Amino acid sequence: MAQLNREEEWAALMRAAIDGDAASYRQLLESLAQSLRAATRRGFAQAGAALNDVEDVVQETLLAVHLKRHTWNSDQPLGPWVRAIARHKLIDALRRRGRRIEIPIEAVLDTLAADEPRSDLDRQDAERLVNGLHGRQQIIVRAISLEGQSIRAVAGRLGMNEGAVRVALHRGLKALAAMHRRGHEE
Amino acid sequence: MKTDDLITAMAADTQTVSQPIGRILWIAAAGGAIAAALIFYFDIGIRPDISSALQTPRFLFKFVLTLTLFASAMGLILHLARPEAVPRAWLLALAAAPALLIVAAIAELLVVPSSAWTQRLVGSNALVCLVLIPMLSAAPLIALILALRNGASSHPILAGATAGLVAAGIGATLYASHCQDDSPLFLATWYVIAILIVTFAGAILGARLLRW
Repeated sequence: MAQLNREEEWAALMRAAIDGDAASYRQLLESLAQSLRAATRRGFAQAGAALNDVEDVVQETLLAVHLKRHTWNSDQPLGPWVRAIARHKLIDALRRRGRRIEIPIEAVLDTLAADEPRSDLDRQDAERLVNGLHGRQQIIVRAISLEGQSIRAVAGRLGMNEGAVRVALHRGLKALAAMHRRGHEE
Repeated sequence: MKTDDLITAMAADTQTVSQPIGRILWIAAAGGAIAAALIFYFDIGIRPDISSALQTPRFLFKFVLTLTLFASAMGLILHLARPEAVPRAWLLALAAAPALLIVAAIAELLVVPSSAWTQRLVGSNALVCLVLIPMLSAAPLIALILALRNGASSHPILAGATAGLVAAGIGATLYASHCQDDSPLFLATWYVIAILIVTFAGAILGARLLRW
């Protein structure tokens, strides 16, 4: 029952987010991050993979949720869509680490119900990824994420218009997702 | 970067959401079909005896077949572009066009004396068929693959192959109005080979371009 309520809440938050409600979106992503952390950790443990880059996979999955949210059909519940993305990214991550494993979809489903407390895992990898962004993209992604500045403030500081900052931020997030994919294939 | 910081960045990026993937795919299919139709209109053209051909069931069956292929593959690709599992019904629907073709080919074998089978199968311009169907399918295939790059398919190769089937459905529909060979035996051989060439190309493109 708790699972069902949560999924309805997720779907409502995502609908609001797609209509442009940033606060709902933030709430959704925070809730998803907790569930994904637990699911990824469980998946890594099952596969016998080291747990220190679980957070890396959580971030990659969240980026996929963000960049692919237009592939969710808003008439459908959000849960199966999120689970499919989580499963795809988890299998991918394990494969890159040389571990071939079939994750039954139910396992991801179970664990998405559980919350995982935040933990300070190794984030050097993620830090390196942001450093890989090009000039303005890196400045803008850093200013908005690490320093929590608004798009307007960043635009004013850099002497850009807000539309251009939005585009650079979006491209920066896309570039981060691409680096996640490439970074591990080398 | 901490996950919370990443979430802050994504929440600031709320406004840049793409069109729904279904709409993107329909636009790609329509755009590809228009491009193919222009190529068809300027370089190939409808067969001269079209008005009498329209009276014959064999000619009309070609469109039933190619449009069935298009509809079933389009229905499937709208699901394959999303990460969730594909409903089994849409996978099964893909069998509709082959089933129609098998029934039609058997009917043709029953109706036509066996001495005429070879001539019907070989037809008059098989090579043209093998060239023109893939040629007409190229624009829709490219458009659909680009559209699918906005998607999130859990099965990139299958999604690419299905894009090939949609594109071949468009290409074969156009070509069928030019082609003078209407026997189901001809379709079961040359159209099928041409469609499989496009499907194979789609699968290769899917494997290379649709990972995410």
